Amino acid sequence: MPIKLLRSFAFRQGLVYLALFALSALALLGFIYGFSAGYLSRQTDATIAAEITALEERYQAAGLAGLQRQIARRVRRQKPTTSSLYLLADRNYRPLTGNLSRWPAAARREEAGAWVDFTIGGAVDGDDFFAPRPARARVFRLRGGYRLLVGRDLHDLQQVREAIARALLLGLLITFLLALGGALVSSRSATRRIETINQAARDIMQGDLSRRIQSHGSGDDLDQLTENLNRMLARIEQLMSGVRRVSDNIAHDLRTPLARLRGRLESIRDGEGGGAALDEALADTDRLLATFNSLLRIARIESAAGAAGRAVDLAAVVRDAVELYQPLAEGKGQSVVAHINPAPQVRGDHHLWFQALANLLDNAVKFTPPGGRIGVELATTGRGPQITVTDSGPGIAEEMREKVFQRFFRAEQSRSTAGNGLGLSLVKAVADMHRVTITLGDNRPGLRVELQF
Amino acid sequence: MRILLIEDDEHTAARTAKGLREAGHTVTRAADGVDGEALALAEDFDALVVDRMLPGMDGLAIIRSVRARGRQTPALILSALGEVDDRVRGLRAGGDDYLAKPFSFDELLARLEALQRRAAGGDGGGGRLSAGDLHMDLRARRVTRGGKAIALQPREFRLLEYLMRHRGQVVTRTMLLENVWDYHFDPQTNVIDVHISRLRAKVDRGFGAPCLHTVRGAGYMLRAD
Repeated sequence: MPIKLLRSFAFRQGLVYLALFALSALALLGFIYGFSAGYLSRQTDATIAAEITALEERYQAAGLAGLQRQIARRVRRQKPTTSSLYLLADRNYRPLTGNLSRWPAAARREEAGAWVDFTIGGAVDGDDFFAPRPARARVFRLRGGYRLLVGRDLHDLQQVREAIARALLLGLLITFLLALGGALVSSRSATRRIETINQAARDIMQGDLSRRIQSHGSGDDLDQLTENLNRMLARIEQLMSGVRRVSDNIAHDLRTPLARLRGRLESIRDGEGGGAALDEALADTDRLLATFNSLLRIARIESAAGAAGRAVDLAAVVRDAVELYQPLAEGKGQSVVAHINPAPQVRGDHHLWFQALANLLDNAVKFTPPGGRIGVELATTGRGPQITVTDSGPGIAEEMREKVFQRFFRAEQSRSTAGNGLGLSLVKAVADMHRVTITLGDNRPGLRVELQF
Repeated sequence: MRILLIEDDEHTAARTAKGLREAGHTVTRAADGVDGEALALAEDFDALVVDRMLPGMDGLAIIRSVRARGRQTPALILSALGEVDDRVRGLRAGGDDYLAKPFSFDELLARLEALQRRAAGGDGGGGRLSAGDLHMDLRARRVTRGGKAIALQPREFRLLEYLMRHRGQVVTRTMLLENVWDYHFDPQTNVIDVHISRLRAKVDRGFGAPCLHTVRGAGYMLRAD
């Protein structure tokens, strides 16, 4: 788990943020510490300076005795917490009055008015013994050669500083732990979502092409990634099923004619049938090739992404298709009625549209009885151009209307006519490629095919 | 015609070469793209038949290379890729015609001869085409046979024009669809036959010897006997 976690992008990202956060917290707390400790020191120094000034004034006003009384009073009166240090000594540093037993060695060489840091280890107030403690004082020379030292036992100040430092360090630790926890939690949710995607990818690689990645529903960037991946998967599945359908179709529907062709060739080898049998075998081969080409063509159209962008004049395409098939229909005693109105240009492949219309007209001619009527109309509806091809043949029963688009599907009544069962599949593929809706309806009697652009 | 056939499939190449020779043409064969290009550039041919996918060098690249040297030798591309897009790509590369595999030999021969006719400049200008006593005035859009005017629909006129431009040659149904109707598509039925019989009714009926013939298994031919 820890190694796996370290390899997680989200967690590593979290760690980077954590380090940055810790650094800035450290800088901030360091600043707070420096500022507050410095403030305390300055306070102490200011108090000492003020006391020295007061004591010097006292000396000037009341002489040595007055000063000694004042110092003694201050020592007596001071609260146990403040721990001020006073010492009045003669020019040879012999103590006269104060709560220090001797003049600190560190303060001997100092000039008057200088600040000295030293350690007090002996007795303050005579008897009490302390462990060595830091102290800070200012020395001063009075007229008459007397030396005055006013200072502070820094032990308490040190304590306060340490308390501040401890509090700040503890704060830093808490901050760090909270940030680490946050990084863990947030990276785990990201990691979990990425793992969902990974799991789906593994399932799909195992062969489950219909698998999709569960979306989180928040619409964030990972969700958008999920949606795009799902769309890509849908496209892949569509292409794969196209390939599979073609191979299934080849397996099921080309095997029979191939077997028949093989039979014919065998009997020709055995000397049966003669030239007519050869012609039939050739015709069989041509039909097979045509079927094969149609299958490939449909597959290619189905896998083509969107319509190619050339302008198509639908009126011209419809007119040409009608003109091509009209003689055929009239030869069968059918009448062709065309209403071709100018329509807005659409984008696409005009060869494919011609092929689609040819297939529809071919079907119409095939299934309409002599004397029947074939109608072709190009009109513009509110939604766009619409092509309608109608016939007065048997039509297609409602429950069959979806099935006729399947490859090789042939309705019962069409089994006896020529054709490979791919005509409408191709029309459907062309329509889908151009995002055109194709609807089969009842022409009462006959079939009505509507292409709504 | 001196024809260079660049085709790597031994069976197709042998069959095609044999057929072309039987039709009276001289055939030089190349089995890969590099040889093919070298031959096409070294010698003067009347037509090139080039397979699209070849070992060594792509068929379209050969045609481009030939065109880049300023040679206008008519080139027919053979390809297993038969969609309109592939065809457009082939023609854009400088090919003059495009035939999808598998093809019937008659179709190939008909197309090659049509290419040859086009390269030779068709029917000498003047805006007139004729075959025996059948005359076509392209400017006045008038057709007469034996001095009698024949009224044709616009499409029938184009159909007859194409047949007359290729008189004495086999013209296949696909060639007619591509050149007279301008669509590349695969008719489910022989819808062209009806148009031919309509045309035949106007051009041949009542005029003695027919000039519009059906060539079994291949297509049609306009011929003045």
